[in-house]
Amino acid sequence: MSRVQVKHESKWYPLEPEESVLDGLLRQGVAVPNSCRAGACQSCLMRATSGDVPDAARVGLKDTLRTQGYFLACICKPVAGTRLEVSGADALRVPARIDSVASLSSSVLRVRLSTTAPLDYRAGQYVSLLREDGLARSYSLASLPREGLLELHVRRIPGGQMSGWLSEHARAGDAVSVQGPAGSCFYVPGRFEQPLLLAGTGTGLAPLYGIVRDALESGHTGPIWLFHGARTPEGLYLSEALRELASRHSGFNYRPSVLTGGSRDVAEGALDVLIRAECPKPAGFRAFLCGDSDLVLSLRKKLFLSGLSLKDLHADVFLPSTPRAEASGAR
Amino acid sequence: MSTAAQQKSVYEQIGGEPAMAAAVEVFYRKVLSDERISHFFEDVDMERQAAKQKAFLTMVTGGPSSYSGKDMRAGHAHLVKRGLNDVHFDAVVEHLRSTLEELGVAAPLVAQVLAIAGGARADVLNR
Ligand SMILES: Cc1cc2nc3c(=O)[nH]c(=O)nc-3n(C[C@H](O)[C@H](O)[C@H](O)COP(=O)(O)OP(=O)(O)OC[C@H]3O[C@@H](n4cnc5c(N)ncnc54)[C@H](O)[C@@H]3O)c2cc1C
Ligand code: FES
Repeated sequence: MSRVQVKHESKWYPLEPEESVLDGLLRQGVAVPNSCRAGACQSCLMRATSGDVPDAARVGLKDTLRTQGYFLACICKPVAGTRLEVSGADALRVPARIDSVASLSSSVLRVRLSTTAPLDYRAGQYVSLLREDGLARSYSLASLPREGLLELHVRRIPGGQMSGWLSEHARAGDAVSVQGPAGSCFYVPGRFEQPLLLAGTGTGLAPLYGIVRDALESGHTGPIWLFHGARTPEGLYLSEALRELASRHSGFNYRPSVLTGGSRDVAEGALDVLIRAECPKPAGFRAFLCGDSDLVLSLRKKLFLSGLSLKDLHADVFLPSTPRAEASGAR
Repeated sequence: MSTAAQQKSVYEQIGGEPAMAAAVEVFYRKVLSDERISHFFEDVDMERQAAKQKAFLTMVTGGPSSYSGKDMRAGHAHLVKRGLNDVHFDAVVEHLRSTLEELGVAAPLVAQVLAIAGGARADVLNR
């Protein structure tokens, strides 16, 4: 009998060959929060209290979490014969309340949250937002720690469970919880003269908005370029705030762009073409890229090929949730 | 052990880990921008791939590496199915040569590294 067995809340669950811990537990009726199923969002975090978890199930986790036995259940396929005892990540969750939900544009919500205790994070990191029933999705933080409230920018996705709930039903005072922070897309003070390049589409602006303000407040002196792309002008938001910020900091360049419907203030064209035109030689820059995966991954490759060092390339891909083929429930 | 300990590996002579970290970026950039071979890297995770390139460079320069012939076979089998052949292998070796030369590695050391890399041909091409 060389199946993998997982013990959760004093009951053993066998896994099928090649099945992940997450899939096996969900299949047998155990509720585990999850979203991307690809090791990117960290909402399926679990803790192993005994038994071995492959290293691959810990990629991207902070050392403090690793040493406590945490792993990502969606990419955890223990070797045959393993007996693993696991628990959920409730200990890492911070109770929070919705403070406000407002529109930043027709398609983007600004969601502010207050936590019972201050969350220790860097602007640009992301958290998992958990609804009371366990629905989990990841969102980047647009706020700065000193601001107290956590700010998320949430794109309305047609039929989206979390974004739909936030835009239609969530009310100030509703209880949620937050897990995290995670991610390494944030500003680290130092090398103050180094040029910074920030680029993202849609709500990929959220972490960039935090990072750019963090860099400016930290005293960054090198030029900062922020490219925000959208399909149409309606997809841009916070433009006024960013223009105002640019007028106060001469080194900060804000470049909104759209694929169609450009104007005097908004460039028209593909984001990578605009970046190349404005920053033809980005070697030596530090870059932050956030948003949909196709854009982020292709920009990252282009910037690497044009001379940016991998250690200066910080990217967060907003992977969407992927439902299990046979699942149809809320999680 | 004694002979190996007395004679420094190319890895150490070049400058060890920091030199490898510099070399891998230059090398990987060349490999990715070569259209003869870049399509083999279309859908890979860049960071993980760079880590593999580094392990490969470390191995061919005689540094501390866990890379083995078996890993090389398993790691390239799917690429061989997609048509990986001597032309591609030669292209990678060529980039390895120019990378080391650009970084100022002495000619005899470059020759040693290329000889070791050439020895991996059978494993990489699963022959
Ligand atoms: C690290 C990370 C950071 C993130 N940060 C943010 C953020 O700051 N702001 C933000 O708005 N989102 C962010 N996301 C995405 C977010 O976690 C959710 O996936 C998104 O809000 C949709 O959730 P939902 O429950 O509303 O829709 P779901 O119910 O999960 O989705 C409904 C359907 O729409 C599809 N779908 C979902 N998103 C997309 C998309 N972008 N493009 C195409 N199809 C899609 C789903 O696959 C599904 O079929 C981030 C994701 C990750 C992994
Ligand atoms: S990391 Fe496991 S579901 Fe996203």
